[in-house]
Amino acid sequence: MTANPFIREGCDIAWCPGCGNFGILKLMSEALAELKLDPQQTVMVSGIGQAAKIPQYLQTHFFNGLHGRALPVATAIKASNPTLTVIAESGDGDMYGEGGNHFIHCIRRNPDLTNIVHNNMVYGLTKGQASPTSQRGFATPLQPAGVILEPFNPLGVAISLDASFVARAFVGHKEQTRDILQQAIRHRGYALVDLLQPCVTFNKLNSYQWFEANTRYLDPDHDPGDRSQAFTRAIEEDPLRLGVFYRKDKPVFEEQLDGFKTDKRPLYQRQVDLAELGKLVGEFT
Amino acid sequence: MRAQPTFNNEVSIVLCGEAGQGIQTIETVLTGTLKASGLHVFATKEFMSRIRGGSNSTSIRAATSPVRAYAERIDLCVLLDRDAYPWLRPRISPETLVIGDPAVFADVEGLLPLPLTELAQQVGEKIYANAIACGFVTALLGLEPTALEATLQQMFDSDRDVLAKNLRAARLGRERGEAAVSKKQLTCRIEADAGVTGQLFLNGSQAVGLGAIAGGCNFIGSYPMSPSTGVLQFLASYAERFGILVEQAEDEISAINMGLGSWYAGGRAMVSTSGGGFALMGEGISLAGGMESPMVIHLAQRPGPATGLPTRTEQGDLDLALYAGHGEFPRAILAPGTLEDAFDCARQAFAMADASQSPVILLTDQYLLDSSYNVPQLPIPAAPHEHRIVETAANYRRYALTESGLSPRGIPGYGRGLVCADSDEHDQAGFITERSEVRVAMVDKRLKKLALLRGEAAVPHRLFGPKNHRRLLVGWGSTRPAIEEARARVNDPETAFLYCPQVYPLTAAVQQLLLRAQRLIVVENNATAQFARLIQRETGRLADADWLQYDGLPFSVENLETRLRQEVCS
Repeated sequence: MTANPFIREGCDIAWCPGCGNFGILKLMSEALAELKLDPQQTVMVSGIGQAAKIPQYLQTHFFNGLHGRALPVATAIKASNPTLTVIAESGDGDMYGEGGNHFIHCIRRNPDLTNIVHNNMVYGLTKGQASPTSQRGFATPLQPAGVILEPFNPLGVAISLDASFVARAFVGHKEQTRDILQQAIRHRGYALVDLLQPCVTFNKLNSYQWFEANTRYLDPDHDPGDRSQAFTRAIEEDPLRLGVFYRKDKPVFEEQLDGFKTDKRPLYQRQVDLAELGKLVGEFT
Repeated sequence: MRAQPTFNNEVSIVLCGEAGQGIQTIETVLTGTLKASGLHVFATKEFMSRIRGGSNSTSIRAATSPVRAYAERIDLCVLLDRDAYPWLRPRISPETLVIGDPAVFADVEGLLPLPLTELAQQVGEKIYANAIACGFVTALLGLEPTALEATLQQMFDSDRDVLAKNLRAARLGRERGEAAVSKKQLTCRIEADAGVTGQLFLNGSQAVGLGAIAGGCNFIGSYPMSPSTGVLQFLASYAERFGILVEQAEDEISAINMGLGSWYAGGRAMVSTSGGGFALMGEGISLAGGMESPMVIHLAQRPGPATGLPTRTEQGDLDLALYAGHGEFPRAILAPGTLEDAFDCARQAFAMADASQSPVILLTDQYLLDSSYNVPQLPIPAAPHEHRIVETAANYRRYALTESGLSPRGIPGYGRGLVCADSDEHDQAGFITERSEVRVAMVDKRLKKLALLRGEAAVPHRLFGPKNHRRLLVGWGSTRPAIEEARARVNDPETAFLYCPQVYPLTAAVQQLLLRAQRLIVVENNATAQFARLIQRETGRLADADWLQYDGLPFSVENLETRLRQEVCS
């Protein structure tokens, strides 16, 4: 057996012992290796948070930017060099809270990238406040009487925007989750994986056991081409459904840009055509 | 009966109507006609932030020699609706020839009547009043009708019927104008300069857009906001021809993050925005600083605070540009004053950002962007921009420490190394660290790059007037032509004008000039003398006087000329 080229050796990992992120890290490195991707052609983009540290621990290129801003960065990286495999991976607070507007519009754009969201329904790095996906009544140091807001439903939002790939997975189920991650990465177009994981330190409610008890895979006859059915499953809360809810082949963002119509090269290979610029300037007489 | 107006060598024409009436069309037709007739032309507009109604005007100067600045004086004032008269009243002098529909302006003394409504009805629709006014004005100036006809032909090429009606309207206006001239209601003597007809005619937005292309711009994600949108739309219209990726971002935060993503992956990106949008980009500018990413930010100023005066002009965002973004990191701010400079500074912004791996802010304003005039040529570079991206080796480290502070910049997918960029404090390889010695080394590394921006990469200043001056006028950005013209008019042997297209960091040469001046006067289109305070901070030299204006309008040549005459006499 050859070594997994996506494992970065000697990392000083900042996660708590038992954190769901460890499982995701392992699944990601396995999924990427099994897809036979090239680390030199793979870019991880993240925001800020515990989940957002994952690129530091994978042997790929990475852009670990600002809180909530992974998707605009990832969109532009993919557009600027479409030969790269681009994965935007962060937590629920980062992608659905701080970056909520980008989440909506990235889906509308449909760039060919994979959006993996570690969803533990709580804020870890800032120590235990509510996240956009926290359930009503969930008590935190900042919401001592419990959360009074409706939880954000990323799958429902994505399907309503006709996202081209929408899935939910649970880190406790290794085989199925690795398969979903691989499907998402292989998918051409925007692919969302809402990845349920426990936060062992700050979320005592949504534990491994809770996720086991409160999730169930979509029925075998579920048709991912049926948007209404996908939406119906997406808004079910008890249990939370797992699997690929929806997929649809659509034109991807970068391929439709005028800047690629006649010139297909990645941007780094281009240089301004000064003769053509001279002609254009001449048109202003 | 007042004296018959005579215009020698130059005429200043203002046309005013309500939004939606076609003032922009008149400006385009009239400036095109004047230039085709061999006159130097300057045009600037002021308009209200509304789609219909209100009062919008365009001020056009046509002259025997180059004109590049706003003048308050009006020689010919064409009123296209009732509200135009009170709106322009402060600029109308006894020498102004006021032209308008006698049915509307019966009470205006000395009106040169032009029955616009009646004549437009003859052609068919109210909108033809525009072509009538153009025909009338060109006849008053004694221009050959062919230039106007050719301009109309070009403009309405796609619709024969509309073209025919415009030509007819222009003829009706011309006949009235010729009648006025033959009745000796005015005399106009402006000699043509045959060299003008082949020159370029463009506005500031176009000059910035062309300069960005010259700088190798191939990515722009932005959110529309006046007065920055012109540049975004300009680049969008040439996206395919020059291979530029253009995206309307969902907000300015997304826009600048897209720009940084593009630079990271090998693109050359800019954003175009105005004060409010720029404020939203603050964290992204800081990210450029921390990640050591090149970035070009076009900040088109308009008066704030908050929504302010969306369609008007000010130089009120220098402090914002200087201090935006948390933390300490180098940056450069360029503020062009002419169309040639706008082109060149936009190009250089890319070169400087690339060379220093830092954000460069191109600071313009509504006045510069919406003004147009003829220029002989733009400074198109002889060779394309330098290719600074390195092919990475397997052991590549994005933030390798070097003498200059600059680490060779690799991109993903080009070479065998991995490009690890992090917004957290990082070590040379890009990994998060909290070790004090690494932190200090990284801060020092980043700050070292300011020397490059202050030194070899800097855009040089220009000094106008005597080298051995006693009095130094200092200006930056769009005030340049008005100060230049006012200084030339007064022509005081002890007064020079220092123009700084690079407002930050100040070069050693600029600092010397500032320290040497016996009397230092800083001219700024803002209320708090932001550049004067920057100068004081950088050099310790406090300006002796600040000439400020913050009413939403640009400095007029007359305003500065008057102030300078008073200054010279005192």
